[in-house]
Amino acid sequence: MTIAWREKVGLVTGGSRGIGRQIALKLAESGMKVAVNYRGNDEAAKTTEELVRHLGVDCLLVRSDVSDISQAQSLVNTVLEHWGRLDVLVNNAGIVRDTLLLRMRDEDWYDVVQTDLTGVFACTRAAIKPMMKQRFGRIVNIASIAGLMGNAGQANYAAAKAGVVGFTRAVAREMASRNITANVVAPGLVETELTGQMAQEAFQTLIKKVPLGRAARPEEVADAVWYLVQAEYVTGHTLVVDGGFVMN
Amino acid sequence: MKNYHKGVEVVASKEQIFDKVKEIIVDQLGVEEDEVTLESSFIEDLGADSLDIVELIMALEEEFGMEIPDDEAEKISTVNDAVEYIRENS
Repeated sequence: MTIAWREKVGLVTGGSRGIGRQIALKLAESGMKVAVNYRGNDEAAKTTEELVRHLGVDCLLVRSDVSDISQAQSLVNTVLEHWGRLDVLVNNAGIVRDTLLLRMRDEDWYDVVQTDLTGVFACTRAAIKPMMKQRFGRIVNIASIAGLMGNAGQANYAAAKAGVVGFTRAVAREMASRNITANVVAPGLVETELTGQMAQEAFQTLIKKVPLGRAARPEEVADAVWYLVQAEYVTGHTLVVDGGFVMN
Repeated sequence: MKNYHKGVEVVASKEQIFDKVKEIIVDQLGVEEDEVTLESSFIEDLGADSLDIVELIMALEEEFGMEIPDDEAEKISTVNDAVEYIRENS
């Protein structure tokens, strides 16, 4: 079956920069309309919008904080009011508050869980309603290899991302009969502003442990997302994009 | 369901509600119209699963402009249960 992507509508959370921007562009390449959610960086979001429009597709920028359940709900409503449908949801928005558990403050825990896990729950719950009616939906959640193998200094992030994997599998089972698939992409090291902020020495030490010898480019994560969006017989899967780092 | 007609309040009859509910059931569950009677059980007679029922409740809420709380929705197992709930609460 060929899917008429030009008639479809996608939404990427956290789409102003980094991996999210590349995902928005990847969706746009198919011809679908793309809504880009972002929290604060207007300038970066505008750049993403320009790049999407440059591909000849319609783009809608929606500024909202998905860690707030009511804002997540109205984000989805805004897309529905604008285009009347929602076919592809990519939950990409995420934050880190890295610190060793002994030093982890309550808010380090809550902030990360609220954005990285509750945000995914809230956007997905809002999106499945129209998807059920359409009898078509693709949900791709961006987790991390930290959620699969753990990572020192990221107890909050690892817990939230592991939660995303379990959540996605439950959604995949609940929604399969309505032709809605739900999958995860779990990147390893990726060249983004986020990892750019890491101590370069620590980053280089990690790179040495990657069999393919380098970090991923954000486009390579977006390619994995696109595979899961167009796949018709894959659901509940976690696609690891880590240059062979975890390999289990 | 209330229809305001020339200032006179006309309450929809049970039959009118049933017809509308039947229409929604046929659409949502993909069953034939004559399979749907007041006595039909959604699960046993009409082949609905739990997700179908949630979807159906959502469609009824939309059609009749009402909210059916979860604990009330759980009690709705036959077509008559749905029609009666709507008649009493709208």
